[in-house]
Amino acid sequence: MNAPVLTRSPLARPRSSRWARRVTGALAFAALVEIAGRAGLAEFLPPASEILQRAAALLFDEGFRAHAGTSVLAWAIGLAVAALVAVPLGVLFGSVPVIDAATRAIVEFLRPIPSVALIPLVALLIGTGLQLRVTLVIYAAVWPILYNTMYGLRGVDPVARESLRSYGFGRLSVLWWVSLPSAAPFIMTGFRLATGVALILTVSTEIVAGRGEGIGVFIYFAGIAVPARMDDILAGVVWVGLFGVVVNALLVAAERRLFRWHHTRVGGGS
Amino acid sequence: MLEIENLTHIYGGGGPSAHHAIDQLNLSVAEGELLCIVGPSGCGKSTLLRSIAGLITPTGGRIKVDGELVRQTPDNLAVVFQDYSRSLFPWMSVADNVALPLRRKNMDKKRRREAAAEALESVGLSGAGRKYPFQLSGGMQQRVAIARALAYRPTLMLMDEPFGSVDAQTREDLEDLVLKVRGHHKMTIVLITHDIDESVYVGDRVVVLSKAPAHVVADLQVDLPSPRDQINTREHPDFVHLRAEVGRLVRGQPVAH
Repeated sequence: MNAPVLTRSPLARPRSSRWARRVTGALAFAALVEIAGRAGLAEFLPPASEILQRAAALLFDEGFRAHAGTSVLAWAIGLAVAALVAVPLGVLFGSVPVIDAATRAIVEFLRPIPSVALIPLVALLIGTGLQLRVTLVIYAAVWPILYNTMYGLRGVDPVARESLRSYGFGRLSVLWWVSLPSAAPFIMTGFRLATGVALILTVSTEIVAGRGEGIGVFIYFAGIAVPARMDDILAGVVWVGLFGVVVNALLVAAERRLFRWHHTRVGGGS
Repeated sequence: MLEIENLTHIYGGGGPSAHHAIDQLNLSVAEGELLCIVGPSGCGKSTLLRSIAGLITPTGGRIKVDGELVRQTPDNLAVVFQDYSRSLFPWMSVADNVALPLRRKNMDKKRRREAAAEALESVGLSGAGRKYPFQLSGGMQQRVAIARALAYRPTLMLMDEPFGSVDAQTREDLEDLVLKVRGHHKMTIVLITHDIDESVYVGDRVVVLSKAPAHVVADLQVDLPSPRDQINTREHPDFVHLRAEVGRLVRGQPVAH
């Protein structure tokens, strides 16, 4: 019996060197901010050490933790609903050309509208509570998932589908056994892109709403305080950015693990 | 076993861009026969195979498999496509690839797994079941595709240029594999190829198609001693004679006697 051969994806560089480069880049950037802050190049910019200190301190601030928790909740609910809506729709549009053609005009009209531009309208309609953030996150997050799902389904290899059809499998079976698994890496990529978009929408909706709880609200109040709390604004931004980076990294790792077959193929074979 | 009457297929429905792929093609294949179909590239061989498999509906004529008119994919039929890298499912292990079609056969998981292991063994790949297709060479991947067909226990196996994407040595190995497995499994095989030598080496019978729109130009019985052997069969005078004859027919030259 042969043990399964574990081939490394050609995309994967040695992990240590990749991380070393990233950390070096981040440190260099922090050093620049530190120098700029200390030299007083921009009077509003605190040095990096101060920002990071404040960010660390916020971790133990109950008020800030509540703000962060509310944001993450809105982000997560919005994303989950977006995925539940967009994946089935994408499968439908991607596999039934008639429906795709019939809905294309409306989809193409809605898609380019920047979701942020809808904030005042939706706020007037449904108020500024959690429902506002969730609604806008859903709206923004649906597009990348929908598009990538459609793209993935349209790209399913007809030979793969015919292979199963030739064994007498019907349309739905072929969808389940061939089209969905084959499109899964694309759906996953769409979801990963949606997590970033959802984060942007969560925070910007909170900033525009300017009340209640949320990291955006925290940043907004730091901005209108007299004098403005620049360290709070930037510390809040650091946490948002960090959250985005960590989520993205986790999903990239999951993609590599789950869809090794896909990356090997795209990367040009083993 | 397989009867084709006046098969005609036109792509693109009669418009100016219509392509007349098959014209009034008649062919019958007996139970247990290994028929090779050769013809010039683009002559409609694959259209013929896809019509038999019920993957497309021909515009005219009738196809019967086991006496039943083909409307959808016939039961007990398996197809081996040329492009193994596309017809195998890269997200499934080799064993799962082979076992998947058996879901159509009301077999429980254990029996599916056993049948897959048995089929993999018969193509010389026992032990590769847990690997993924991309971890195997091209020739091994095509063996997996053949194992998938064998596990299904088809009465009719269609092969569409099955060895067109592998190197010469692997090709010969796979030709012999087909000859070997047909001895073990009772089935009818229709193998489409553009390789003239291959058609004579493997076939009991060789049917030559014309350029598109395809019809049958010649139907030749191959009476070479069996078992066939890559060296001895290929130097047999009948083999040499037959391959020349098929070659002329494929190129549309007059046949010398």
